[in-house]
Amino acid sequence: MSEQDLENLTEVDPAMLNYIDKAVTTKVTEKFDVLQTQIEQALKNCCSDKSQTRNRATVVVFSSDMDKLIAAFIIATGAAAMGMDVSMYFTFWGLAALKKKTVLKGKSITEKLMGIMLPSGPAHVGTSKMNMLGMGAAFFKYVMKKKNVETLPDLIALAGEMNIRMVGCQMSMEVMGITKEELIDGLDYGGVTTYLADASDSKITLFI
Amino acid sequence: MADKHLDCKELNCPIPIVRISKAIKEMSPGQTLSVEATDMAFKADLKAWVQKMGHEIVDLTNNGQVQQAIIRKCG
Repeated sequence: MSEQDLENLTEVDPAMLNYIDKAVTTKVTEKFDVLQTQIEQALKNCCSDKSQTRNRATVVVFSSDMDKLIAAFIIATGAAAMGMDVSMYFTFWGLAALKKKTVLKGKSITEKLMGIMLPSGPAHVGTSKMNMLGMGAAFFKYVMKKKNVETLPDLIALAGEMNIRMVGCQMSMEVMGITKEELIDGLDYGGVTTYLADASDSKITLFI
Repeated sequence: MADKHLDCKELNCPIPIVRISKAIKEMSPGQTLSVEATDMAFKADLKAWVQKMGHEIVDLTNNGQVQQAIIRKCG
């Protein structure tokens, strides 16, 4: 049938029209379904893209100063309260924040020396300024208690309650001769890649 | 009256927000939470928090030292 013929067509059998209508609907639905599946698949791939920035914050805790540790934990617990997934990486001096006890048994002389010289836990760290052999830290603790500011051990416990991921750097532990039994429970352990994997997914990352 | 009340007086940053976040989590959308706080940064922090979390401050009053906020859970 040519176009001319179609234009000249005035009367069409209703059964024929009905047939055409049905055939077109079936075809369109068929094509549309395929398209819909493709769109859904594309959307799924897009959403599960691992490179996408998530609502995550990561903090590298390098220092063992009371003031800096308090800042790190206030930011971390605050971020958790804002609905963010929070990871904290404790490396070098920062490991002091995670210590629950010092074990000297079975360590080499250098490890024992470091065990004695390093802070024995978050309750015994000094301030970065005005420490004056620990007098400054004692003074700040007194003032903060008076003003009802959370202590460092309280903030660490709060971080645990808020499901903040705390990771101990294993290389630093090796260097400082710190064992897992000296650190608090519920920690993860890892290296720089563990940090970078989380940091690359984060909107915020800090080095304290 | 609010559906839930939280006393955050004498508490400092970040504890009021931590407590609010925990309380809101346990509530249903549409419910309100009233909070009393004395933290100096409370007003600014609460405003930032609701904006980020998508909730709403219904009322924020200042009775001398104590600040009172009513927050409605959204979403």
